[in-house]
Amino acid sequence: MPYVPHTEEQTRDMLATIGVASIDDLFADIPKHLRPKSFDLPAGLSEMEVLARMERLAAKNRTDLVSFLGAGFYDHHIPAAVDALASRGEFATAYTPYQPEASQGTLQAIFEYQTAMCRLLEMDAANASVYDGGSALFEAMMMGVRATRRTRLVVSQTLSPIYRIMLDSYTSNLNLELVTVPHKNGATDFAGMMDAVDQATAAVVVQNPDFFGNVADYTELFDHARAVKAVGVMAVYPLMQAVLKTPGAMGADIAVAEGQSLGQPLSFGGPYLGIMACTARMVRQMPGRIVGRTVDSQGRTGYVLTLQAREQHIRRQKATSNICSNQALCALRALIHVSLLGPGGLEQTALRCMELAHYAQDRLTAIPGVSRLGDGPFCNEFAVRLPVPAFEVVDRLTERGFVPGFPLGRYYPGLENCLLVACTEKHTREDIGVMAELLGGLLR
Amino acid sequence: MKTLFEQSTPCRRGACAGLTTTRATDFLPAGLVRSGRARLPELGELDVVRHFTRLSRQNFGVDGNFYPLGSCTMKYNPKFMERVAALPGFTRLHPLMAQLRGAGHHTQGALEVMYHMEELLCEITGMAGYTLHPMAGAHGELTGAMIIAAYHKAKGNKKTKVICPDAAHGTNPASAALAGFEVVSIESRDGIVDPEALRAALTDDVAAVMMTCPNTLGLFERNLPQVVEMIHAADALLYYDGANLNAIMGKMRVGDAGFDVVHLNLHKTFGTPHGGGGPGSGPVGVCEKLVPFLPVSRVRKLDDNRFVLDYDHPQSIGYMAPFYGNFGVFLKAYAYILRLGREGLVRASENAVLAANYLRKRLEGVLEIPHNRICMHEFVASAVGEALNGVRALDIAKALLDKGYHAPTIYFPLIVKECLMFEPTETESKDTLDAFVDDLIAIVRQAETDPEAVKAAPVTLPVTRLDETRAAREMVLTDDCDCG
Repeated sequence: MPYVPHTEEQTRDMLATIGVASIDDLFADIPKHLRPKSFDLPAGLSEMEVLARMERLAAKNRTDLVSFLGAGFYDHHIPAAVDALASRGEFATAYTPYQPEASQGTLQAIFEYQTAMCRLLEMDAANASVYDGGSALFEAMMMGVRATRRTRLVVSQTLSPIYRIMLDSYTSNLNLELVTVPHKNGATDFAGMMDAVDQATAAVVVQNPDFFGNVADYTELFDHARAVKAVGVMAVYPLMQAVLKTPGAMGADIAVAEGQSLGQPLSFGGPYLGIMACTARMVRQMPGRIVGRTVDSQGRTGYVLTLQAREQHIRRQKATSNICSNQALCALRALIHVSLLGPGGLEQTALRCMELAHYAQDRLTAIPGVSRLGDGPFCNEFAVRLPVPAFEVVDRLTERGFVPGFPLGRYYPGLENCLLVACTEKHTREDIGVMAELLGGLLR
Repeated sequence: MKTLFEQSTPCRRGACAGLTTTRATDFLPAGLVRSGRARLPELGELDVVRHFTRLSRQNFGVDGNFYPLGSCTMKYNPKFMERVAALPGFTRLHPLMAQLRGAGHHTQGALEVMYHMEELLCEITGMAGYTLHPMAGAHGELTGAMIIAAYHKAKGNKKTKVICPDAAHGTNPASAALAGFEVVSIESRDGIVDPEALRAALTDDVAAVMMTCPNTLGLFERNLPQVVEMIHAADALLYYDGANLNAIMGKMRVGDAGFDVVHLNLHKTFGTPHGGGGPGSGPVGVCEKLVPFLPVSRVRKLDDNRFVLDYDHPQSIGYMAPFYGNFGVFLKAYAYILRLGREGLVRASENAVLAANYLRKRLEGVLEIPHNRICMHEFVASAVGEALNGVRALDIAKALLDKGYHAPTIYFPLIVKECLMFEPTETESKDTLDAFVDDLIAIVRQAETDPEAVKAAPVTLPVTRLDETRAAREMVLTDDCDCG
């Protein structure tokens, strides 16, 4: 039997020690009538057979296309050293670091991850991560609810629709009011946001760059939020933070991010990484694991999980959240990724993505009938309006080996002709050129 | 060990230097650009490799150490699963590829994995439907509690409470609270749910009872049939916390037994590595009447054997994850189930229970075992005897670290004093278990002859005991080294 090491003789010895005649005797507590009605599973396979089957399944996925899909999840290059280091068994096969003396590797790495995230976002404290960007946003909103004891939450429609649906679902039983301020031609409606944030508002949530790729300065909105004692939450694209004005500089109380762009493969939606950081004032409201530095009994530096009085295993139903794990290995990957690139490499990567995206914008908007949706500054992603439904264009170009972007009509009724186009450093100018020519040919 | 930040040398070129000659202000107004580079470490690749290799050596993991951490199922994580999850046909797949027209036309392999995985989990647990979206066990609990809330709401029931036994994991009450429920705790008797205590708590406004079976003492809930009947008679639902599923595969199916909602921990029972705290995967299975409430999207198989993503479920609780869950994790668990098959899964549970009982029996007379009868895949011992010498469960745990073992779970469940909870799993050899027993006996003897030495443990690791009070008081949560 794979992975069960006992010989028959050892099994007999063990049963004899226990004092039972057979393994079945060990299950005597399970009433007979509760035995499975069926357990109709396939027979086991060899390692070779499983791998062959999985390779066949993997080959049924179209990963051979040149894709300009983004929408919050991007195909960036991951240095080989990220995989090599994060796959070390000492990291991968450890549990949550409950025994700190035997887990200094994980703990110091999380401490360094917290530090790196704080510096990237210019925030005071970060937790050890949560599941993904969407659950991080929910937790951030709940921090706002606890800190203000208010129940009104204001979000911009330019916040990822995927996350807005998640927030809607998560808050459905919590007696919270979720107010969505509509976008204005694919950009945040600043006046509308200012009006919506009032004395009853617990938190205001924006995204930068927003779902359409626009970059903006939310300082004024966060100033206003502070004046009415609401909590300001900003979702960001961590790689782009190498060049963008930070949530800290804009006065956000909480910054969250989907950390996928830092060393996580796309992997059809997960595992990803929910980055979460806040100001010093908010730390005790923050859910999840947090690592702190301390000393051992001989005065040497060491690291432990700290502020555990917030957590479910102590506080049970009164905890700040039900979260009892983090995405430790994903956080480790993000830290290794950031360390390998360094501040200069992150900046160069972000700029290369931006350079290519601006080239793509120029090429696409040169096609008759194609125009930019909105006119705000952007980084590596932008939306264009086509003369025909975007879904059709995507279908047709996919047949030619290109996914030109994401059709915004999927989530935004009224924007059926709009396409969201993302570039990363993995694209070439040639990729963009060919895609633009194909699109141009199609629309002619 | 020096931190990354302390090792930084300013102006060292990172891996991606020379990609472009552009500047941020070529594309953005100056006001939108960050002022100054982030103070992140500047290191060469070899420095980074050495740093993380050294850090890894300061960790215990299943690959290097016996890890009998109760309720965590630290079994061996087969290496071939890593190769499966690293196949480019999976890692390079953008989740939105499945949301282009055709709802999955370009992602048939991935959808087939999800569809088949749900089928397998249904058969293993006897449930009618599954979602793979929850990203961890606690996330599965929240999903399950939200499904329960949605069900009662749709029925027009006014149900506001969820009952959790006192032996439950702390996540159970926390998850129920997050789904809007008030939590009622009931006391166990003889280590299992007391039907009388349950009856007293089971008022009309109870929406569900959350149970772990075998429970966190490693005991099978012998009153289960009676408990199920009581709960259903009260028009409440029964929730199964799958943390301990590794005890019962092929021996009992929770669906057959009457559970209405179940979450599984694929990172426990189905062999995916824990990663030092995540990522995990916590699929949720439900009985027939709860299927309409599962999160969207769901995978549907068409008559022509193609697979599509289906969002058309008006009663669904919505999105629990941005996409389809931790695909890269349940992909590994899927490969694990294919590898073990029917026979292998049954053998896994049988040998997990065999190992736990063998270890329990060998520790009789060494430690107190409060509920000393045939256990399932784990059992609870107590260091109350040692406590007379001032040696506590914590000290024994630390002394085990010195011998190269990860400690058992300590001080949980809360209902046993000086608790040590052992879960050896099916993948540990008898030799390992025997050596562990010998070392534990030596520690207990030392607790009698030289208690101070046990209380000083560990002494062989990179650090001795850490000052947790100071950590909480001083709150040093980031490095202050400014990277030059």
